[in-house]
Amino acid sequence: MKFGVVVFPGSNCDHDAWYAASHNVGHQAEFLWHSDRDLKGSDCVILPGGFSYGDYLRCGAISKFSPIMSAVKKHADAGGLVLGICNGFQILTECGLLPGALVRNRGLKFICKPVTLKVGTVNSPFTSAIEPSAELVIPIAHGEGCYTADERTLDELEAEDRIAFRYVENPNGSLRDIAGVLNAGRNVMGMMPHPERATEPLMGSSDGLGVFASLTASLTAPHK
Amino acid sequence: MSQVTPEVVAAHSITPDEYERIVSILGRHPNLTELGIFSVMWSEHCSYKSSRVHLKKLPTRSKLVVCGPGENAGILTIGDDPDGNEWCIAFKIESHNHPSFIEPFQGAATGVGGILRDIFTMGARPIAVMDALRFGTLDDEKTGARNRRIVDGVVHGIAHYGNCFGVPTVGGETVFEASYAGNPLVNVFALGVFRRDQIFYGKACGVGNPVIYVGAKTGRDGIHGATMASGEFTEESKQKRPNVQVGDPFMEKLLLEACLEAMQTGAIAGIQDMGAAGLTCSTCEMGSRAETGIEIDLAHVPQRETGMTPYEIMLSESQERMLLVAHKGRENEVLDVFKKWGLDARIVGEVKDDGMMRVKNHGEVVAEIPSRPLADEAPVYHRPFTKPLRPEKMDAPAFASKDLTADLYTLAGSQDLCDKRWIWEQYDHMVRTNTVEGPGGDAAVMRIKETGTSVAMSLDGNGRYTYLDPRQAVKLMVAECCRNLACTGATPVGATNNLNFGNPERPEIMAQIVEAIEGMAEACEFFETPITGGNVSLYNETLGDPIYPSPVMGIVGLMKTQAPAGIAFRAAGRDLYLIGGIGEADETRMGGTQYAKQVLKDIWGLPPALDMEFEKKVQTAVREMVATAVVESAHDISDGGLAWCLAESTFGKQVGAQVDLTSGLRPELLLFHEGPSRVVVSTSNAAAVEKVAAECGVPAVKIGVTAENELVIRNSGKILIQTEVRGLKECWAGALENLLHAELHA
Repeated sequence: MKFGVVVFPGSNCDHDAWYAASHNVGHQAEFLWHSDRDLKGSDCVILPGGFSYGDYLRCGAISKFSPIMSAVKKHADAGGLVLGICNGFQILTECGLLPGALVRNRGLKFICKPVTLKVGTVNSPFTSAIEPSAELVIPIAHGEGCYTADERTLDELEAEDRIAFRYVENPNGSLRDIAGVLNAGRNVMGMMPHPERATEPLMGSSDGLGVFASLTASLTAPHK
Repeated sequence: MSQVTPEVVAAHSITPDEYERIVSILGRHPNLTELGIFSVMWSEHCSYKSSRVHLKKLPTRSKLVVCGPGENAGILTIGDDPDGNEWCIAFKIESHNHPSFIEPFQGAATGVGGILRDIFTMGARPIAVMDALRFGTLDDEKTGARNRRIVDGVVHGIAHYGNCFGVPTVGGETVFEASYAGNPLVNVFALGVFRRDQIFYGKACGVGNPVIYVGAKTGRDGIHGATMASGEFTEESKQKRPNVQVGDPFMEKLLLEACLEAMQTGAIAGIQDMGAAGLTCSTCEMGSRAETGIEIDLAHVPQRETGMTPYEIMLSESQERMLLVAHKGRENEVLDVFKKWGLDARIVGEVKDDGMMRVKNHGEVVAEIPSRPLADEAPVYHRPFTKPLRPEKMDAPAFASKDLTADLYTLAGSQDLCDKRWIWEQYDHMVRTNTVEGPGGDAAVMRIKETGTSVAMSLDGNGRYTYLDPRQAVKLMVAECCRNLACTGATPVGATNNLNFGNPERPEIMAQIVEAIEGMAEACEFFETPITGGNVSLYNETLGDPIYPSPVMGIVGLMKTQAPAGIAFRAAGRDLYLIGGIGEADETRMGGTQYAKQVLKDIWGLPPALDMEFEKKVQTAVREMVATAVVESAHDISDGGLAWCLAESTFGKQVGAQVDLTSGLRPELLLFHEGPSRVVVSTSNAAAVEKVAAECGVPAVKIGVTAENELVIRNSGKILIQTEVRGLKECWAGALENLLHAELHA
């Protein structure tokens, strides 16, 4: 399968996602430039972490207007896989592919540390290969990762089994401990933790491989 | 201020002698713009005029050194990749002390930005940042609130810049002393990686080549920053806030990517960042290094504000700007790359063959100065020095501990030794997924994906030791950095230094500088760590009170890529060894320890003794043990002594220890003396540890075993310290946040 990693001005985890997908998972991976509209045949588009356009206005607020995002939306609408990590998650909520918003962490500080996650659902192409009872150690690194949505949306997410990951110990005040969510079509996922930073023992954890393994499985045996 | 009068000259911190020198260089009186240019280039900050004669004593060469001092950063070769390409690292430390006091957030942020540009201007991609920070004490009645605010601002500034730029901040050290209350220190170290055949230098090569300005527009910020950093603080200093620059890490990230991409085109002949002294410094230094000249016209310089004078444009220290020279005819290849990244790039001038730095404004010459005398022939001062300023007290006061366990808790909860997680969790210390060992260990370890090897780095400074004996203290610092590297399995190969001192015009301060440099020269020679660059920050005084003399060393080492042993005991039932033995101590040499500072609230005497030959043997032994994985943990003894080293080793995995020592030293000395050349290791392979130690000719004293829950330290069977690990760890882990939060609730 082929991963496309979008490079916005200010993306800084683009190389990490590319390295994880190509070196540690062994798939093809290519960078996609923000002002292009060509996804170069990517099966899964990754919106990486970083500070796209400096995030000076509001995280992800400018990126949604970039040419590549219209291609990403089309790809998503057609059922294509899109994974937003950290700033990528923020962009997905800004452009409406995912519900809710990410706001300043409770405590108002940037936090970088490994956190423990529980998988919320294994019924998705991003989580299908993960043990339902598993606890995954995956790092976070964000200042605005507090997941927020209105009660109705949160209820809906739970009712539709669209919460991909939850924090075991909530680091940032996210409502209902949400660390990652799916869209209604289950082909778009955003998560604040960085699975690409946990893809080999030398990084301190390989638990992020579960996300990549799930994606691999979903493409070889398409998800229902 | 359009006429150059003696008052105007004095206001530029130029002495009458220096003015005479300017007149003789120019063969005429300078105009105001030229005077401003000389004043920044000849400032202490840019010219090192007080320290230069002594810096020459430092070793700067080895087989691995590709580029020593004088360029933007030092370069060492680190070996080949599988395809046979040779790879290098570039690294340097730099201070941003004065700006960080005036405006902590921006001061620290632009400190990070400045050193990052020094690295990538040479073509290297920055892969790690570390910081050495010094603040006033957090609980001081008078200055505590301000000190807490400065800590918050500085940490936030470093996090803001480094996180957004996308470089991991992987370690450092933070120390609190009353003497830094009016003059905090912010020293930032950065390291980058690149191929040897892709190194770029700050040289204006090739007469007729176009000179291109890229990056942020020039504004009025930071005018005379370098001159500000070359004076003492007075009451008026706070009014110099406009002299502090404002950083834009997003712009810097674009500049990084665009510069590295532009370098790949092969169309760039030379490049230099605009740091201290801005356009002035880059223009004259690039010309001077290449023995050419540069002519620019300010009309082409992108400007953020209207009505800026040539004086202001030349002296602005606006951030995120670079000056580069392109090969004639290929300038569009360069301009296209910057356009792609959305950056301003304008041709502002041309390389000339006359050795002059010629500045025009709309065609009219506004400054014309020979580059070399301006850049490289600043006055050099042989400042008089006497004996280092030091406290009179040599003898120890009488002291006797009532409760050694309580003393250990005092250390655990102290500002210097407590957990610094509150600081480093605000830094992204993992981005780019190269961090093998991040903050909290003896040294940081970064893998280099391209070569398959790793680089380890350690920062160390000890103002108390230096105050007591600068020469000895610096040797101890070099030894400690190298020992930290040994604990990760790395071999030290190079060093950078940041010399933070008070006013060099005071002979007793100048003596501190001279002795520190001489001690550094001796130790760096001995440990084979040439100094490849660094920074001197003088006049760190407020209202006549100097800081503790505070040189900071950054030493880098090379190693194979492997999971490091780490400092934490991993499991109960492992044998504990003290490599190097219990060491020697006496009461005089307790005066600079953390025990003296935190428990006895005093300072006296001398720093610990050091036998460099023995130290090297201990390091060789420990490096071998870690590299061959015969030990499960390794942690060197430094601040807080043996007891604190053991305590820190218990925290990571909450594994305790049962230790029984055999020593005639009195308990306070035995537990808390800071004698060097000692490392605690835990192992399940005792025979191998003893064998390596014996081969290296160093003692390996079995001092006990790791154990569940409790840390117990005995001497000849008698209990000195006994505590649950959990309680001690809680005291250590919560201290900094409690101290800082006092402000929020006050």
